[in-house]
Amino acid sequence: MMPGRCPPLVVALLLGAMAVPAQAATIQITIDNLVFAPAEVAAKVGDTIEWINKDVLVHTATARNGDFDVITPPKKTVTSVLTKAGAIEYYCRYHPNMKAVLTIAP
Amino acid sequence: MFIRLSAAVAALSLLSSAAVAQGTKPTDPQIAHIAYTAGVIDINAAKQAISKASNKDVKAFAEDMVRDHEAVNKQALDLVKKLNVTPEDNDTSKTLSRQATEKLAELDKLKGADYDKAYVANEVAYHKAVNGALETQLIPSASNAELKSLLQTGLKIFQGHQQHAEQVAAKLK
Ligand SMILES: [Cu+2]
Repeated sequence: MMPGRCPPLVVALLLGAMAVPAQAATIQITIDNLVFAPAEVAAKVGDTIEWINKDVLVHTATARNGDFDVITPPKKTVTSVLTKAGAIEYYCRYHPNMKAVLTIAP
Repeated sequence: MFIRLSAAVAALSLLSSAAVAQGTKPTDPQIAHIAYTAGVIDINAAKQAISKASNKDVKAFAEDMVRDHEAVNKQALDLVKKLNVTPEDNDTSKTLSRQATEKLAELDKLKGADYDKAYVANEVAYHKAVNGALETQLIPSASNAELKSLLQTGLKIFQGHQQHAEQVAAKLK
């Protein structure tokens, strides 16, 4: 087959597959007593993380590579959508001893 | 730096030497007072830094300290109320407060980058000293389970602050 010439049906099917991705999930990560739990989470691009902060302190979930920086006010839940793949180590900027890992599949 | 560190450590290690001399541990009302006082001291130092610091990271760090220590001290007050415990002043609290007042006066004489460096260096040393006291004296001596658990949370927060202060200090160099 000549490169660059796909039958229209194949193109339509490919586009269709891309337009209906695997269902996006909502994943909860709890912050309690300065601990992210679970400490290791597997997710994929498009998933929503619900950050549930049970502490009386403000925390952050800050990616070491700069991909995200979520501020979680005391006793509040905030959500963020994962937009980039990668194995991301993240930490709290205010309490750098708080560390965890989020592995985001494309 | 050495003098600052040893002053803070000396104040907190008084606790252990006093306890050894008398063969007694601090009581829960005394522990609550010491922990609360340690928080107030850091809040006062931070308030001075908010008005004096010139570096924006140092100022932001000081704001973090006020916010966190006020939140923890509020929790401590709620707990002692719930437990019907009246925090009891004691020699360790008094020594800590006196040395903190001296430190504030000393820092007050400094300006600009000198002040910023001295404040952050003292924050590292102070949190280190408080962590040592929490780990070796206050937590093991606490008899009420809820007080012990609050002190354990306090230790994690203070360890976080120490690391944060070390990062800020490293950036000032
Ligand atoms: Cu935090």
